[in-house]
Amino acid sequence: MVRSMDAATLTLITLDKLPFKLVGRIAHIDWTTLSERDGRRLRELGADEGVLVEKLHKGPFGIDPIACRVGRMTVALRTAQAAAIAVEPEAKP
Amino acid sequence: MNSTPLVALVGNPNAGKSALFNALTGARQKVGNYPGVTVERKSGRMALPDGRPIEMLDLPGTYSLVPSSPDEAVTHDVLLGKQAGERLPSALVIVIDATNLDNHLRFALQLIALGLPCIVALNMVDMAKRDGLEIDVDKLSADLGVPVIPTVAVRRRGIEELKAAIGNFARSGAIAIAPGSDAIHDDVITLQRRARAIAVASTTEENFKRRWTHRADGVALHPVLGPILLAALLFVMFQAVFAWAAVPADMIDAGMAALGEAAGNAMPEGFLRSLIVEGLIAGVGAVIVFLPQILILFFFILLLEATGYMVRAAFIMDHLMARVGLSGRAFIPLLSSFACAIPGIMATRTIDDPKDRLTTILIAPLMTCSARLPVYAVIIAAFIPERNVLPGVGLQGLVLFLLYVLGVTGAMLAAFILRRTVTKGPPPGFMMEMPRYQAPIPRDIVLGLWQRALIFLRRAGTIIAFTTIILWVLVSYPKPPAGFAQPAIDYSIAGRIANGLEPLVRPIGFNRDIALALIPAMAAREVAVSALATVYAIDDGDENQQAQSLVGRLHGRWSLPTALAFLVWFVFAPQCISTIAVVRRETNGWKWTGFMLFYLFVLAYIAAGATYWASIALGL
Repeated sequence: MVRSMDAATLTLITLDKLPFKLVGRIAHIDWTTLSERDGRRLRELGADEGVLVEKLHKGPFGIDPIACRVGRMTVALRTAQAAAIAVEPEAKP
Repeated sequence: MNSTPLVALVGNPNAGKSALFNALTGARQKVGNYPGVTVERKSGRMALPDGRPIEMLDLPGTYSLVPSSPDEAVTHDVLLGKQAGERLPSALVIVIDATNLDNHLRFALQLIALGLPCIVALNMVDMAKRDGLEIDVDKLSADLGVPVIPTVAVRRRGIEELKAAIGNFARSGAIAIAPGSDAIHDDVITLQRRARAIAVASTTEENFKRRWTHRADGVALHPVLGPILLAALLFVMFQAVFAWAAVPADMIDAGMAALGEAAGNAMPEGFLRSLIVEGLIAGVGAVIVFLPQILILFFFILLLEATGYMVRAAFIMDHLMARVGLSGRAFIPLLSSFACAIPGIMATRTIDDPKDRLTTILIAPLMTCSARLPVYAVIIAAFIPERNVLPGVGLQGLVLFLLYVLGVTGAMLAAFILRRTVTKGPPPGFMMEMPRYQAPIPRDIVLGLWQRALIFLRRAGTIIAFTTIILWVLVSYPKPPAGFAQPAIDYSIAGRIANGLEPLVRPIGFNRDIALALIPAMAAREVAVSALATVYAIDDGDENQQAQSLVGRLHGRWSLPTALAFLVWFVFAPQCISTIAVVRRETNGWKWTGFMLFYLFVLAYIAAGATYWASIALGL
């Protein structure tokens, strides 16, 4: 991705590491780290560059899975998949 | 040839498609299966405002036309006219969630591109309003190039307008032509961006927020409260299965007994009376008694699904399931399997990872289904003393609970081993949409229960009735000659088969009568109870009061270790012909079905044997 080379790279974090209650915008998704099936599901659930995301909940026994807002949907996924999503945190409104 | 126009209802999961289908067709529905696959085919009749009939088809909810699970494959094949046993629909009603336009419009665009006449049902417009979204319907319709009808399926709003729109298609003649297109738009990203552009253009957003769902999830998905809530719900569910079912089950029992007596009095003594009273009414009655328990369990499962909680339960269970190599998705079919493995195995079709799905199918029969209850109930009543081990904790209930635990533990252990050997593969991901919470629609729940009850009764009326009659004949004939010293049953065909089988099961503590009962119980586990009842009733020479005295009859005949081994056998043994048939269909052949039968029988044999010898060693 060309975009990932610019200055914004410095502020990017992956979705699994995005702090709670902080809204972010998807900057880049690394499809190569996802299995074909996971990648397709993620696309079907609306993940794409520019979409707003927010980490909402985490699973009871440790860290996995997590529930995130993706666009207008709430999506459950594992941290391994969330790590493929690079997010640019937005300033709190 | 069926000349009624076929209109298919398609849309994403959670778009409110089923509610819309129920609102359009009412109770005039037919639930069947597509040939060769276990995906349900749900269709219903609908009358247009001018009275013409339309056949509505409810297709499984999918996210796209690229099929990744068996469910989605059916939707794909039907829409391309490739599904065996289905006509190409003349028109589509595309159901989309007004609160989630970006996402649902993508699938809608894909569907519109197929070239079939389309109508978009913009569902849940009331929710969108509450969430702060205003949608310009005319603009949306112009951008999509198809009619858009706002609906609220749960309140039956927009239904007449939708029917009228379908009627317009019929009038313009568009419904008669049905061009099929093979070109599927499968560039998801491009479609998604177009969908988002259309959604943004027709939506005015003001402080979007799903307040209710967020607040409820704060509890349901809480790291501590969430699992407690789930455990409490499951506890109430299983408690209800036993507590609420007692009264209706007793009523059915009494009803069947009265029916048997009436039939006995009305008919002359002889072959036919014996067949109907002892064979048919006693045998089928022993099974129908469990209808209330099955319906209560399904009631809870339908409720959990309709409210949107089921996915939250999967979320909470995901981490535990991951430890044995499954995903949270597998929790839903496994929970259904507590009612019956058949709907459970059918529910695995939503699992898109093939290995994950196969493993779930292979362990689903280990969940304690309701057909085991009659077996457990009779044996426990006969052999486990009715006393408290702790204040408020009865020994009988404890044993029953342990049998459930044994099944679940066995299933988890089996999954753990299977995922590391025969169903080895990369760990399945867990990715699911968490729908908004919704108040369940009582009408839809009742309809779902009604359909389940019909399926169960049809099974009782066919397979179970048939095997009971066959067994009755095998146990009763040929009649021994006068002066035959042994029990009459030893002379019968079934007695001879069982005598041959006995050496095989003697090492695990089973006797001839158990061997005899296990044969017809291959049809369904609960038949073991009616089989034992039939065997001992004929054995004792009295031909009345079948099941009532089975408990007493067992008590004198079996030792405690034998009874315990029998219970443990039923925890593992795959004795259910319908389950075997469904597994064969779902796994496309005998290979995995044979494997499942083999490993479960071996497991049952070893576990029952271990129980028998351990009990003897303990001096029980």
